[in-house]
Amino acid sequence: MTAFMYHLNYDFRTGLRDRSLLLMNYLFPLFFYVMMGLLMTGINPTFSETLIPAMIIVGVMACALLGLPNPVVAAREAGIFRSFKINGVPALSIVSIPVLSSLLHMAVVATIITLTAVRFFNALAPENWGFFILIFLLVTFAVAGIGMLIGVVSTNGRTTILISQLIFLPSMMLSGLMLPTSMLPPTLYRVALLLPPTYAMNAWRGLSFGLPAPFSPYWSMIILLAGGLIAFGLAIYLFDWDSNNKSRRHNPILALLALAPYVIGAILLA
Amino acid sequence: MEEIVIKVKDFQKTYGDLVAVEEISFDVNRGEIFGLLGPNGAGKTSTLESLEGLRKPDGGNLRILEVDPVRQPNRLRDLIGVQLQASALPASMTPREAMQFFCSYHKVAPRYDLLDRLGLNEKKSTQFGMLSTGQQRRLALALAIAHNPPVIILDEPTAGLDVGSRVDLHDLLRELQTDGTTILLATHDMAEAEKMADRVAILLKGKIAAIGSPNQLTATGGGLVKISVSSEAACLEKNGNNFPNVRQHTLKDSYAIYYSSEPGPTVSAILDYLKDHNDRLVDLRVERPSLEERFLEITHTNHNTGG
Repeated sequence: MTAFMYHLNYDFRTGLRDRSLLLMNYLFPLFFYVMMGLLMTGINPTFSETLIPAMIIVGVMACALLGLPNPVVAAREAGIFRSFKINGVPALSIVSIPVLSSLLHMAVVATIITLTAVRFFNALAPENWGFFILIFLLVTFAVAGIGMLIGVVSTNGRTTILISQLIFLPSMMLSGLMLPTSMLPPTLYRVALLLPPTYAMNAWRGLSFGLPAPFSPYWSMIILLAGGLIAFGLAIYLFDWDSNNKSRRHNPILALLALAPYVIGAILLA
Repeated sequence: MEEIVIKVKDFQKTYGDLVAVEEISFDVNRGEIFGLLGPNGAGKTSTLESLEGLRKPDGGNLRILEVDPVRQPNRLRDLIGVQLQASALPASMTPREAMQFFCSYHKVAPRYDLLDRLGLNEKKSTQFGMLSTGQQRRLALALAIAHNPPVIILDEPTAGLDVGSRVDLHDLLRELQTDGTTILLATHDMAEAEKMADRVAILLKGKIAAIGSPNQLTATGGGLVKISVSSEAACLEKNGNNFPNVRQHTLKDSYAIYYSSEPGPTVSAILDYLKDHNDRLVDLRVERPSLEERFLEITHTNHNTGG
């Protein structure tokens, strides 16, 4: 087994072994899914149309936004990355492996949701499975890229939670997970377009579930891809091995560039 | 001619306005154990971490086997094994996983035998966060030497170890030295440095205050050598300080004890005195000041001169 594959294998097992990661990767999204399936489909029958993509996005955000960044910050602050550096673990592995690991955890959660939602909650199943999987990969890449970038630039656990919640909470309310974005007032709709899950929901609606999409789902996919690439690239560029070296290699404010595709989307698609 | 493995020339490291290390130079030869001694804040860790490529020097040159730690970090990784002052691994990683993890990046087979050798046999599957400080230090050492590097850099290697583990570690370092491994270690433990190091450098406020073998350093100080003599007729009890270079004299447990600034002439005169008085020597002991005493002398002198 190559070093990269062993590292990925170890990181994936850590996601099951560590209680807080287990909570964010599996317990919280699956519990939330069951609750929403039981409650929301009764209150609002149209919710079952988007139950599968909405709950997958909740899982992706819990794993990649709430679960992924904190261990990155903690490892840097504890000097773990210094131990990695002197033993030849490349920065690319440290940045990319948690993203891949998140993808694997989310693939398991997404599979469970997709297989059970139709049977137990009468959810609408995807019509186009190819786009369903492709959009899942894109949204996980985009959100995990942002999660890793937060972990790289954040200086402590409190800041990490604050930044993550700044994306997580508005996404839960505005991205079309709980109610269609078409019901939002224009200002909030513009805010929703700054959030990656809005593009994922739009793409899934238009390309996989046969539902009306407020704007071109292909643009959604392009914006998610661009957002993921920029966030991931910035995470590598801004990565620091060591919190002991007080001056950072690059200005962390550059991380805001990761918002560029979504800002452009909000300007052009609103 | 001895091969220089580690070369430090005019090395300087600053943190803002603070000069942590000020243009120090020293070489370490192949197969040598070289100790860096000094109080907290003397610049030991800054020097080691710059050699390891974790910090960027602000001046001078550093080389390990001709490799520049800043410009050629990837070449450096397989040449050095490092035990950092603060050992850190993911809390959930077990020693067995850590060994496989790091050995896979060094592209060598895992050395589980080192875990046994360092007393971690029963802890192979215990998570790092559950290991004691001493066990964590031993694991860090096992990981540092697992890829058989020609140079090992150890920062306070015996901190937190019990006496038995300390002896085992010293035995292991001797074995590595015998195999030609070069070892650079920073320590507060003077007895350890005196026992293990072929040469030491004493760092004070970022400068080298003294460098040489422990014997050379203890011989060059102003400290007095202790000479303890016991004889059958105890004729020395009547002679007091009347031997050359003796500064102090005392009697204890049938031993006449002299503190001499030059032990050679003093011992010679004592033996002549015993012969002249038809007394027979029972025991003679000559003890140089320890490295710790010499270290304290150097730091005291440095403090008094404001250096």
